[in-house]
Amino acid sequence: MSGTLNKHIVLKTNKLSIGYTSKKETTTIGSNINIELHKGELVGLVGANGIGKSTLLRSLTNVQSKLSGDIFLNDKTLDAYSNLELAKVLSLVLTESLSSKNLTVLELVALGRQPYTNWIGNFSKKDIDVVNEALIQINIEDLKDKKCFELSDGQLQKVMIARALAQDTDLIILDEPTTHLDMYHKAYILKLLQRLTKETGKTILFSSHEIDLAIQLCDKMIVMTKNNVVSDEPCNLILNGTFENLFPKDLIAFNEKTGSFRVKK
Amino acid sequence: MQHTHRYTISFITLVFLLILVFFLNVSLGSVSIPNKDIINILFGIDQNPSWHYIIMDYRLPKAFTAIIVGSGLGISGLMMQTLFRNPLAGPFVLGITSGASLGVAIVTMGSSIFGGILLGMLASKWTIVIAATLGSFLVLLLVLIVSSKVRDAMAILIIGLMFGSVSAAIVNVLSYFSSAEELQQYFFWGFGSLGNLSWNELLILFVIYLLGILLSLGTIKGLNSLLLGENYAKSLGLNIKRSRLIIIISTSLLAGTITAFAGPIAFIGLAIPHITRQVFNTSNHKILLPAVFLFGSIVMLICDSIAQLPSSEYTLPINAITSLIGAPVVIWLLVRKRKMMF
Repeated sequence: MSGTLNKHIVLKTNKLSIGYTSKKETTTIGSNINIELHKGELVGLVGANGIGKSTLLRSLTNVQSKLSGDIFLNDKTLDAYSNLELAKVLSLVLTESLSSKNLTVLELVALGRQPYTNWIGNFSKKDIDVVNEALIQINIEDLKDKKCFELSDGQLQKVMIARALAQDTDLIILDEPTTHLDMYHKAYILKLLQRLTKETGKTILFSSHEIDLAIQLCDKMIVMTKNNVVSDEPCNLILNGTFENLFPKDLIAFNEKTGSFRVKK
Repeated sequence: MQHTHRYTISFITLVFLLILVFFLNVSLGSVSIPNKDIINILFGIDQNPSWHYIIMDYRLPKAFTAIIVGSGLGISGLMMQTLFRNPLAGPFVLGITSGASLGVAIVTMGSSIFGGILLGMLASKWTIVIAATLGSFLVLLLVLIVSSKVRDAMAILIIGLMFGSVSAAIVNVLSYFSSAEELQQYFFWGFGSLGNLSWNELLILFVIYLLGILLSLGTIKGLNSLLLGENYAKSLGLNIKRSRLIIIISTSLLAGTITAFAGPIAFIGLAIPHITRQVFNTSNHKILLPAVFLFGSIVMLICDSIAQLPSSEYTLPINAITSLIGAPVVIWLLVRKRKMMF
């Protein structure tokens, strides 16, 4: 990965602090976060429950305002984006369930074109091409006339990824895309994300608890612990012993050789 | 998207059906007029002057009112159900009817409390229309102020219901102090009526209705993205607050004015979107909105035809007929398909 220096930086944070403000007090969840995501990278965000992964993702996606520091998306500060401009650069796959599952797969994926369509949402030739391309890339063309309530969790996750892909953004952020999936589909989805970064040159950031899979598949990982946020290539993180501090040490320990956690005997 | 043509046949059928029930509605009434003469009257060929009056100044405006009421309430119901992600929502969840009822209650029953100032205006129908409009507008204003302060659409739903309860309570207090005639006048308004509108009144209703419909067309794209949930909709570039505002204003214009002119018509706003979703089996608002327009108009025209009790001199309250006819239809559709489309 020596070429990363020359690669275009898609997302960059500078001394970012995240957390919550209320009238009375400010709760800081993470501070001095400096990360850099380059074009075409698959980046996994890992950390214990409650450490602030979701808060970080919400801050990066402008759902929640940051406390201080800077977030740059394609060299432009995040605050300078309008909703619509942001929708053309950043797409999301969230954990929340859909309000209506009565849409067909095709309709749902086509909703990804909304930032580009006119006031009533008519599709141009290009929109239709991009949607079909997304269906092919995720390999779900055979599902396209199915209703979303007919799909399994794994299929629905693929459809949501296709929708994000149809939105045609430089950066796709997924919040725990592997929850509710079995072991095979966890690997399948993450492998799919890896393939997409290579094929499309998009940058994909996802949060996950599948640390061993992320170590095997990611170009870069962001590890959140109580005191700091480290981002590096997985092998460097293993060498530096970053994963050892990920969880309390009483129950499980990180095995450097296998790149996974084992229960202490 | 590409599959829109699949619905073409359904749409053509519905348009045809609409024209059919429109003529059926015009041809039925307490005075029976031969169909041939009705067509002659509609095309301006001179006929029996009293028949001419019945058709042109009573039945025709009534039929147009039915279309406006049915489609307007149906479309506001559809927008509310999607905005609040709640199949139980209707145009009246924002407290619009309660506001209108309160306005009407104050002018019909308030005179015993507020004295003779209002007494002189009581007889006028315009007083009731204006009171209902002011009432619904006031409640709408409160809902809008509150909704700009809360983030969650569900909170707006609850707040609308609370406003409704408060209005209902005030109406109760007013009716406790009212005379029998005042109560009767209030209750007659509550029965709903399509047949009291002159062409002039119809024109005013139509202009405001048109404004509401035009606004609702602008919300189609936003409503579709709201099917994914508010966070997804936002990530697709939707300005949630602005869309929400347009949806609420459109609903208020439609439901508020219709209630002011025709009384609180129950059921249509809640049921028509469900009937449409069951029949068309889609959630895409580009299909649903025009389909709800057609279904709403058709159902309202049929309900009105039944309410006239053809060939008898009685007219049943339209408000009762909409529920009597509509509720079994919705139950039947849900049972037959075994699954609620939402």
